[in-house]
Amino acid sequence: MYSPEVSLALALAIPAFGGALVALLGSRPNVREAVTLIAGVLLVFNVAHLVEIAHSNPTLTLATLAPGLELTFKLEPLGALFAAVASGLWVVNSLYSIGYMRGNKEKNQTRFYVSFCIAIMSAMGVALSGNLLTLFVFYEVLTLSTFPLVTHKGDAKAKRGGRIYLTILLGTSIGLLLPAVIATHFLAGSTDFVAGGLLALNDVTPAIAGVLLVMFAFGIGKAALMPIHPWLPNAMVAPTPVSAFLHAVAVVKAGVFSILKVGTYIFGPAMIAAVPTSEPLAWIAGISIVLASVIALTKDNLKERLAFSTISQLSYVTLAVMLGSPLALLGGALQIVMHAWGKITLFMSAGAIYTATKFTNVSQMRGLGHHMPWLFIAYTLGALSIIGLPPLGGAWPKLFLIQGAWDAGHGILIIALIASSLLNVAYLLPLPIKGFFEPAETVALKKPAPMMVILPPVITAAGVLILFFLIGPLRDYLMPVFELTPSAGVSL
Amino acid sequence: MIDLIASLTPDAIVRHAPVLIVALPLILAPIAAIIPSGRAAWSISLIAALFVGWMALILFGQVAEHGVIEYAMGGWQAPLGIVYRVDALNLQVLALIGTIGLLCVFYALPTVSDEIDGKQQPLFYSAFLICFAGLLGVTITGDAFNVFVFVEISSLATYALIAMGAGKDRRALTASYNYLVLGTIGATFFVIGVGFLYMATGTLNMADMASILAENGHNRVTQAAFAFIVVGLGLKAAMFPLHVWLPNAYATAPSFVTAFLASTATKVAFYALIRFIYGVYHPEGAGFVMMAFTWVFAVVGVIGMLFASLQAVFQTDPRRLLAYSSVAQVGYMMLGLGLGNVAGLAAALLHLVNHAIMKGTLFMALGAFGLKFGIRRISDLNGLGRTMPAAAIAFTVAGISLVGVPLTIGFTSKWYLILAVLERGWWWAVAAVIISSLLALAYIARMLAAIWMEEAPKRDGKPVQSTRAPWMVLAPMSLLAFANVYFFFNADPLVSLAQRAAAAVMVGH
Amino acid sequence: MLEIISERFVYIPIIILMMTGLYVVISTGNLVKRMVGLSLFQTSVCLMYIAVAKVFGGTPPILPEAHGDTASDGSDHSGGADHTVVQTDHGSQIVEMASDHGADSGHGTEAVSHVADAAHAALYSNPLPHVLILTAIVVGVATLAVGLALVVRIREAYGTIEDDALNAADYSVETGGTE
Repeated sequence: MYSPEVSLALALAIPAFGGALVALLGSRPNVREAVTLIAGVLLVFNVAHLVEIAHSNPTLTLATLAPGLELTFKLEPLGALFAAVASGLWVVNSLYSIGYMRGNKEKNQTRFYVSFCIAIMSAMGVALSGNLLTLFVFYEVLTLSTFPLVTHKGDAKAKRGGRIYLTILLGTSIGLLLPAVIATHFLAGSTDFVAGGLLALNDVTPAIAGVLLVMFAFGIGKAALMPIHPWLPNAMVAPTPVSAFLHAVAVVKAGVFSILKVGTYIFGPAMIAAVPTSEPLAWIAGISIVLASVIALTKDNLKERLAFSTISQLSYVTLAVMLGSPLALLGGALQIVMHAWGKITLFMSAGAIYTATKFTNVSQMRGLGHHMPWLFIAYTLGALSIIGLPPLGGAWPKLFLIQGAWDAGHGILIIALIASSLLNVAYLLPLPIKGFFEPAETVALKKPAPMMVILPPVITAAGVLILFFLIGPLRDYLMPVFELTPSAGVSL
Repeated sequence: MIDLIASLTPDAIVRHAPVLIVALPLILAPIAAIIPSGRAAWSISLIAALFVGWMALILFGQVAEHGVIEYAMGGWQAPLGIVYRVDALNLQVLALIGTIGLLCVFYALPTVSDEIDGKQQPLFYSAFLICFAGLLGVTITGDAFNVFVFVEISSLATYALIAMGAGKDRRALTASYNYLVLGTIGATFFVIGVGFLYMATGTLNMADMASILAENGHNRVTQAAFAFIVVGLGLKAAMFPLHVWLPNAYATAPSFVTAFLASTATKVAFYALIRFIYGVYHPEGAGFVMMAFTWVFAVVGVIGMLFASLQAVFQTDPRRLLAYSSVAQVGYMMLGLGLGNVAGLAAALLHLVNHAIMKGTLFMALGAFGLKFGIRRISDLNGLGRTMPAAAIAFTVAGISLVGVPLTIGFTSKWYLILAVLERGWWWAVAAVIISSLLALAYIARMLAAIWMEEAPKRDGKPVQSTRAPWMVLAPMSLLAFANVYFFFNADPLVSLAQRAAAAVMVGH
Repeated sequence: MLEIISERFVYIPIIILMMTGLYVVISTGNLVKRMVGLSLFQTSVCLMYIAVAKVFGGTPPILPEAHGDTASDGSDHSGGADHTVVQTDHGSQIVEMASDHGADSGHGTEAVSHVADAAHAALYSNPLPHVLILTAIVVGVATLAVGLALVVRIREAYGTIEDDALNAADYSVETGGTE
């Protein structure tokens, strides 16, 4: 239909124009919301096309800043997948936002929707980036564009949350990620993403590569590897659509996606296995997984509990990268997809509950299941996916990760994965259990939740179920990236 | 376009462009002084600035064609006569001074009318023209003593300009006095150095000195001269620890003066330092110069950037904060110089231009704020994002540029500087640059938080109306703010200019 | 040793003046005295340049009428005549460049290479530094003038010209209501 370059450019242009239009139409809310949704749908179509052509790796040079410094796009399956997740869930999230913002009568909605557009645009930029410089530029724009979303409420707590957000994310990116990017450029002559690993191809010594790996792991603060994680729970001051967005769609996924991309295309699994720091980092990821789950147990505020759950789940991807095994990398990529769909279900449910009851704590929500059955069923499905039980999608990443850990000789980290599943049960399931099995009179709804906040979580919950069965095509799609043969890993 | 302008210009002017660029502002200065009206004096300054810009363009074209231009004053050839010499290095600085001068002159009209008494305005503009001419003279001359003369010309005018800020803040007087004392000591040290060089070589022409030194080698006289020159010019360039005059001077001067000086004065001194180090002394042949790179410039640069950034974090007055930030940025340039490689020098020169753009925007924006509301403390910036959005946006863009966020020229500077440092393998210096960037994040974020996230205080019990600075303030400020972003996407002109300048100086002897 | 002192005795007062001037600048608390110190400092530099200009056995650099060679109008700051070239060359052909004592162009009497021109065998003192010093003196006077003008204004604004009092006055403004 149209050339690959145009498709790539459209991935940026659609949300950008959408944002501009939304800004102009601020005074007419219905038209404004329609623009957001239309932009979202157009973007989905565009990304679908990109997903098709990803294996031919089309490229696009956005800008040549100076000789040797270019902003480029290079499409490949991982990025296409992330873009698909992001754009698909943006539509769902936009529907939800409309319901939530109107249901709670929030202010400054135009600023809200414009920031969303810019944030999605930067997420697309991260997904499609062809070199580290481009990734870094869009990564920073993502941080800056989500700041107004985090501080949306404008009160003292929101400002404090925003301050911590910016300090940690900008601090790590300027303090660790930027020097790592420049060092890569210095060592390799460029920062392009290359199959097999740019640094591996340039014979960088394991010691130096090890240091760089650490800088990338902690410099990409959006991946919330402990101890860089505090920005996440503090960002819960934002309205729930933002939290859903931050924790499922754009920000954290951009973080772990970046780690995955760096691990695959800058280092390469072979080099990671050879580097001395990957094992300590794998352990740190393992500890993150367990520790964050334990902390989640102690939180009564539902959104905070879900925040720590996210930190734990994100470390799955970091662990996957640090194991240095292609099968684990596949697991990590799948985790991005499955966790996104699962977590957004959970967050949207939390927001729906808030809209209907103004409850924020789990202890308040006993017996609520009787009043909002569909919502609680959706929540349960999402929770089961996060826990990792078939037939929900989240089972697959766990499986591949366990296999990958075994292959890489780090069997002991499998314990972390299993422990995490058990802990997930402990902190995720009480809500639906108490919701359904406590008597209905314990609680009363202030008003019924609008359809627009119930429907999206139900849709994503159904998605989680469907994704379980889509493992075949997903695996085939990603196999070339990680140089896996059909016979490798878990046979289907 | 440059060719078009050059072809339209009468040949006589083209031939004498190197001297006219300095002479015209100097001649117009006394005329401006005797005119009774401030506005008329301003228009004379405008004419001078336009003319200088015109001359800069012509020189641009000439250097592009011929490589190096030499102009012998009065027909007396080197090494006897004073020679004005334009090559890729000072072309860059000339263009910078011309552009900034022009933008600042536009900025001057509303701000000076506001801050300075009407009867003193003609004298004020006259002093500005002298300073302008002096800075241009330092840049363009090829004679060592002539550098001293022009340095003093510009400095004396600067002392007067800074002191004019006493109308709003009497501390401008003591700041100017302290600057006078320190600046004179610095310039005198510099002239002692030049004297030693003259004793050792018998000539004052810089190119001639270079060839004689190359032939005859170095001895204690030339080494002593080097030390004196470095200290003298370093003081003018606000090299740590000789920077103590700068914070007070920039904080209390009129906003037009601060905006102009922050973008030009220290840059010119830095240029003069480079010119002496590379244009008179040959680092490859002089071991003590190489040692000075590592042990003086790099060390001073690193300590300066850390120390000054740290001090900036604790300031309460936004202008003093930015002044300390300027000292830190000079530290970056010193580090680039101290690396001793072409990449480092190119990075330093690139940062010279980029920092001028960034700081120019910041001080102009602060001045715009100050025009409508007095700005003494950071809390005075509260809520200005709502009341003066244009200036606030310009301030924000330049602020994040200072931190080094991508999409701005600050990022480009940091990129090239860190690459150059990595070439030398100085990991500690990379860490220092990163730490000072994080400190910059801290103090810029404080100001941005005040502007965007705080409520505007009520003045006289009424909420503040949204207001706009006059267009003469907004236009240059917005242009500079736009340049911050534009030259990120189109970095090549600035980057190649800096690289050519560095190559011209390091390689071409 | 004695030679060194006899040839370079002039540097002793120069250094004494220089250091005295600097010391006054640093140690005094009175602004006018500080300007005095500054002037002393600058004057010593003038002396230094002039000391360099002196050539033992040299006459004042004025060309006698009789020689029909190209005498310049001498108005040019860098001097004009070949003779000055002789003197500056003489300075630059410092044979003892390598010597540890450092080369003083003005004092290399015996090493004077009476360059070529027999008709101009006369030895001249170097006029160039004198011209440079005229400039420097003007600069010094201007600096002194600006400095004293500032002192007058400071007196008007603060009521004092003592450093301590001024610092106290400025500092209290800054600490009035710190964040």
